[in-house]
Order: sequence, then C-alpha cells, then structure tokens
Amino acid sequence: MDFYLTALLQGLCLSVIAIGIYISMKIFNIPDITTDGSYTLGGVVTGIMLSHQLPISLIISLVILAGAGAGTLTGLIHTKLKINPLLSGILVMTALYSINLTLLGRSNLPLLNLKNLFTSIVLFTDPNQNTLWIVLLFIILIAFVIGYVLQTDFGIAMRATGNSETMIRSLGVNTDRMKIIGLAISNSLVALSGFLMSQFQGFVDINMGIGIVIVGLGSVIIGETLINWLKITSVWLTIILVILGSIIFQLVLAFTLSMGIDANLLKLVTAAFVLIIVSLPRISLSKAS
Amino acid sequence: MIEIESVEKVFNQGKANEVKALEKTDIIIKDSEFLVVVGANGSGKSTLLNAISGSILPSKGAIFINGENVTSLPEYKRSRWIARVFQNPLSGTAPDLSILDNFRLASLRTAYKGLSIGINNSFKKKVQDKIAVLGMGLENKINQPMGTLSGGQRQALTLLMSIMDDLKILLLDEPTAALDPRSVDLVMKTADHLIKQYNLTALLVTHNLKDALQYGNRIIMMAEGKVIKDMAEADKTGLKISEMYDWFV
Repeated sequence: MDFYLTALLQGLCLSVIAIGIYISMKIFNIPDITTDGSYTLGGVVTGIMLSHQLPISLIISLVILAGAGAGTLTGLIHTKLKINPLLSGILVMTALYSINLTLLGRSNLPLLNLKNLFTSIVLFTDPNQNTLWIVLLFIILIAFVIGYVLQTDFGIAMRATGNSETMIRSLGVNTDRMKIIGLAISNSLVALSGFLMSQFQGFVDINMGIGIVIVGLGSVIIGETLINWLKITSVWLTIILVILGSIIFQLVLAFTLSMGIDANLLKLVTAAFVLIIVSLPRISLSKAS
Repeated sequence: MIEIESVEKVFNQGKANEVKALEKTDIIIKDSEFLVVVGANGSGKSTLLNAISGSILPSKGAIFINGENVTSLPEYKRSRWIARVFQNPLSGTAPDLSILDNFRLASLRTAYKGLSIGINNSFKKKVQDKIAVLGMGLENKINQPMGTLSGGQRQALTLLMSIMDDLKILLLDEPTAALDPRSVDLVMKTADHLIKQYNLTALLVTHNLKDALQYGNRIIMMAEGKVIKDMAEADKTGLKISEMYDWFV
C-alpha cells in the first residue's frame, strides 16, 4: 500500500508541473522545453537554501522567482529574437544545466536530515499522512490561484492569446508581453514542483529534470482526454482533471514497476505510455471514420 | 479623422522579390465618412487598410488619427480608436472561448485587462441584449464556444463586439468574402446600421461591386498601389454597376 501512496504523493508533487505545462502547451499553444531545466532549478534552489536553514517562505518565493526568470528568458528569446519556441526552450534548458551544476557545486545533494516543508509543519503524527495533507493543501492553493487568474479579464486575454492571436492583438493586447508572462507563470509552477519533489524524495540531483517535460505532457494529455470525454468547459474542473491526470500517470507507472519491470527501463516505459495515450484517441477516431 | 500623408509600403526591399504594395498615397478620411475601397487583387487595398490598423508599418510617410501621429504605433495600441473585422471569420474571434468571454475582451478593447473577474450578471444581460438584435437566438447560447457558430454568425458577432467599447474607426477587410449570400446580407446590413447609429468612420475593402455601390458615402478605386479614382457621395450615388466593371478592364 505504501508503494501506491508514494505514487500518489509523487503524482501530486508532479501535478504542479502538469498545471504549468497546461498553461504553456494548451493555453498559449507553445511547446516549452525549458521545463527540464527549471524543474531542476527549483530543486537546486530549494536544496541550497534548506542546507543553509533558511525559512521555507523565503525558499518558496525564491523558487517562484527563479522559475519565472527562466520562463521570461525563454519568452524573450522567442518573442524578441523571433526564434522558434521549441529551440528557445532547448537553449535555456541547456544553459540552465550549467547554472544548476554551478549553483549546486556537485551533482547530488542529500537533504534527508534537514528541516523541510514536511517536517516543519505537523498536522498529523504519521509522517506519510502529514506529507499527504501538506502536499494536498499546497496543490489546492495553487489550483485556486491559477483557476482564479484564468477567469479574470487578464486570464481571458491569456487564453485568447493562444487561441486567436490576430483577434487579441486587434483588441489591444500586447501578445509578446502576454507570452512572456505566460511562460514565466508556467516555469515558476514547474520550479515549485521541483521544490516539492526534492523535499519529498530527500535529495537534489542534477539529472532529476531529464525527461520531466514528458511526464508533465503525459499528465496533461490524460487530463485532456478526460476533459474531452466528459465535455468539460469549466476552468475549475479542467484544472482538477489535469491534476488527476498526473496522479493517474504516476499510478500507472507504479503499477508497471510493481509487475517487475527493471527500474532502468522506467524512462522507456514512460515514453511508451505517453505514446499510447497520445495515439489512442487518434486510432479510435480513424476507425470510426 | 484619418490622415494618410505620402505613405509608401515596399515589401522585401532590395531583394529580387521586391514588391511596391503602396506607392506614395495621400488620403484624408473625414469623421463619419464610410469609405469603400475597390480594386483588383494586389492593388494595395489591404495594405492600405493594414497600414491604418497598424498590423504593417509604412516604409515612408505618416499616418494621423484624430490629429495624433500614429505612424510607429503598434496595432495593439491603435485599438484605442480602431476595431477590425477580418476576411477570415476565424480571425476576429477566439474559437475555444465562449461567446461571453469574447465579448468580455471586446468590451475592454481600450482598457486594461486586469486581475479581477469582470463577467457578472449585469454584463451577461448587456451582452444578451446586444446579441438579441441579430434575431438569431444566439442570446441564449452565450456560454457556447465561439467555434461552434457558422462563419456568418461569427462575422456578425465580431461587428457587435466592436461596439462593446468606445469606437471611432471600423475597418472592414472583405468581411463577407467567405460567406453565403444570406449571411453577406446580414453582415453588411448590421455593419451599415452600426456605422450610422454610432457615427463611425469606416473603411470597407470589398470585391463585391454590388455592396460597393449600395453602401458607403465615398468610393476609391486602387490599382498598382495607387488611388486612381476617388468619388464623393454625389458622384457615387449616380454610379452604375456597369460603369464600375469598366474600371477593371
């Protein structure tokens, strides 16, 4: 049971990435790969500040800023230098690898005996239950903030930017600025996920971000399949389903591992699983037509 | 009032595929003038309209709106005065957003889109009242995504969206080119009605000579980047469609 609880907790920690990718990919229509770098960046900033015993609130603010910085950089490269968003993301991600390594000073930093988010707040005596509730509260807070923003006038303008750029420009929105803000929000969420995950797993690793964009993307696609299936239009339900997508993703991976698949093959299994969920709707559609 | 002073536009300057889309052009469009622009493909009609809207910036010359020099102002800043209806019905609205969300954005064309929720019951009522004018029953579908509507419905709604906020200039870029005859009629009549009711300065680019005759109080003909005919209301009223055909040969 503990095995699946861990998967559930991982799913919750990673669901913050899923919300971030939902914003860049689905709302702004920008495939953003900065994710791999900004996730590690979030973890690295958390690790360094935790080992200096700085307060959690300060760590959270700095993690958000660091992620937003990475996203802003990708946004500036994409909009001001007119470089393809995929390439802009890859450039920033690559540069971040060196930055992360320099900041961390080594490739791995254990955080096990340090006071962290999950040990500094005690709601329950059982550590697993305590972690679960803290992560849940954290995610609810994030979902609430993002859900609210998406329904404001600013949020509608954000959604329109990825949907009909000609229209929103003629309605007085600076689309370049909007995309930069969108990528900043997206990557600060991704960095927050790195903040949660590094404390949950008890270490920061320079390679923890590799392929994380696929995990986020897979979660978004599971969420989207559910959204289309249930014909959801509400912003709140959409966010909840994206979070649910991330949990399902991790549970499926946990299930595959429990069947005795070599852990070294995890990334391969992940990629194959994402391929299946991406292609399933298309295969069933082509049969129907 | 729109003043266009010696505006020129050259695409791909200095390259093998250089195109002079607009030769030195001077036009003054007075307040509440409804100017119709006709001309063959590639005559510079759309370039003229895009130069006014700001989606392209002129290579030379200056553009003034109500006396203010807007020559280097980007499109999103000129939205203070200007609303547009595009040739492609998909361009003027956001398909995945609801009709209501589209109208909310349009109502903030000249304003800041801030971090407060602006859609409330009185706003919904206002939108429903505006849409009811069309008589299409769309007022009961305001939560439906814009993409589920037909091209004609979307063009008509784009027109109504333009008057959700303070408007001086309406630019119509072949708004009916992709529509069936009945929708053409609806869109053109709605446009004409709004232009008169709100006393708008308007510019209609069209290939439909019947519409060019029926609507507007001034007509210009463009060819190879130049204005070759300019008729005020008195002359335009007596114009016959057969005469206009002769302009093109």
